[in-house]
Amino acid sequence: MHDMTRRNFFDVAAARARCLQYRKRILDISQQVQALHIGSAYSCTEMVDAIYHDLMRRNPDGTSPDTFLMSKGHGCMILYVILEDMGVLGREDLDLYCRPNGRLGCHPDYGNPGIEASTGALGHGLSMAVGMALAERGRKTDGIIYTVLSDGEVQEGSTWEAVLMASSLGLSNLIAFVDNNDFQSLGRTSETHPTFYPLVAKFEAFGWECAEVDGHDAAAVFAAVSGRQGGRPLMVIGKTTKGKGISYMENVPIWHYRSPSPQEYEQGKRELEAAAAGAAS
Amino acid sequence: MRNTFSEALYKAATTDPDIYIVVADISPAGSMAKFRDQYPDRFINVGVAEQSMIGICAGLALKGCQPFAYTIATFSLYRPFEMVRDDLCYQNLPVTVVGMGAGVIYSTLGGTHHTQEDIAIAGALPNMQIIAPCDPAECTEATAYCATQKNGPVYLRLGKAGEPNFTDKAVDPWTFGKLRYIKRGTDVCILSYGVIMQKAMQLAARFEAKGQSVSVVSCHTLKPLDVGGVRDALRRHSHVIVIEEHAPQGGLAPRTKQIAWDTQARCRLDTFTLQDAFIHNYGSHDDLLAAHGLEVRAIAQQVGA
Repeated sequence: MHDMTRRNFFDVAAARARCLQYRKRILDISQQVQALHIGSAYSCTEMVDAIYHDLMRRNPDGTSPDTFLMSKGHGCMILYVILEDMGVLGREDLDLYCRPNGRLGCHPDYGNPGIEASTGALGHGLSMAVGMALAERGRKTDGIIYTVLSDGEVQEGSTWEAVLMASSLGLSNLIAFVDNNDFQSLGRTSETHPTFYPLVAKFEAFGWECAEVDGHDAAAVFAAVSGRQGGRPLMVIGKTTKGKGISYMENVPIWHYRSPSPQEYEQGKRELEAAAAGAAS
Repeated sequence: MRNTFSEALYKAATTDPDIYIVVADISPAGSMAKFRDQYPDRFINVGVAEQSMIGICAGLALKGCQPFAYTIATFSLYRPFEMVRDDLCYQNLPVTVVGMGAGVIYSTLGGTHHTQEDIAIAGALPNMQIIAPCDPAECTEATAYCATQKNGPVYLRLGKAGEPNFTDKAVDPWTFGKLRYIKRGTDVCILSYGVIMQKAMQLAARFEAKGQSVSVVSCHTLKPLDVGGVRDALRRHSHVIVIEEHAPQGGLAPRTKQIAWDTQARCRLDTFTLQDAFIHNYGSHDDLLAAHGLEVRAIAQQVGA
């Protein structure tokens, strides 16, 4: 059995440094392609970073008994750069992102290194995560399944089918996150679908343990998971900002998809570097 | 046939702990109840929630399990279609989607419970395999294949209950991807699959009563279709007849015509399918088939049997 309680501290500085590095790498890649869902990747950067670097356990050979499935497939740039940083994907893989000879596209494809499921069509990931968690339980392993959903994805009926099943099956080895940036293509969710909220009460009513945290506060994300009661699936609602980290992207829906111009790139780079310098001082 | 499926699956599950069945609120007939009682952790009832049924099967398969999704055909294939396409076919996972009571077997439940186009729809999906056994004996063979294969997803098109066996004395054994001669003759060849095989056998008897030598072939694997086998049947017989309980598009009939054209076949070729129309009347299964012209006497008149 793996020691599931081995981490009792959180290295805030290290997490912040990694997330800045990841945002810069994504910004660099943005200059190669027309579109890469940069706002969606920036909004879940801290959550995915915490999952990979602080929550998923590691064997000595670098493999993990745990699994991460990126349900919000359009946010996969953060997954790619983390996998690159971990040496699972190569630099060339990301350099060839969305290019004819490359193998990485705008949504994760199962079969590529480190990619556990093909996602991108919303509303599929949580059901697959439930199936994975069932398989781990059936084999009496202690593998934990982590997944990140977009908040728009929570509108899918299929997501609620999976929510119902996960708690009915008592899948305590399933930990899901909602990247709750409150934005989707046609505007703010709180304005287009006011009854979307409260989310916590909805998941709790479906039998999940639920926590709501600042999704850019990696330590809070880590604490929500490490401090869970357990015995049932956990949903962490991460309150986030779409495009987090670059001022002109934050909460501007167009950055769901488009890539920065050269001038915008330079400004974004300056802002990230200034943030990095500020964090280091 | 569903009881035979359940028995074959239960048998496979006794030796393979990775076999799961994920059902959508359907009564566990026959050995399915035995499976549920003996292996409750591997019998998952999602309720009336077919999208998650497919997605959960995908997740199980991504972890190396061998899951079956099981409900009435229209709800196992049509309702969760995007999950079947993306989760199973795109990821090429060894999940069997069982379509129970396919075709127009649910003859009193109305068009909402019919699957007249399922072969065309499932057949359009890359990586999808399609098997439609003609009798309970073939269902046993097909289920055993599905329980062990790792090629990718399967759409297993089943009947319902009470079908007789036609293949006890078949010429060929059941082999995935191969035509199976139930009887082998020299003049007429009838190609069919699924429970409508009964009409193929009755038509063959009429030809034989007139002194003709008849082949009856179970085309149980619709995808990949045994193209060489169909080509051979077209070459060896002067009259080939296709009978299928499926729309005229995308099933065995147009595929056979395509192969006949490609190979410049010289035989007479007649095809009998459901019409490109919904069925609004009720009655027995035979009544509904007859409403679309799939009735032995009517077919016999057209083909000279």
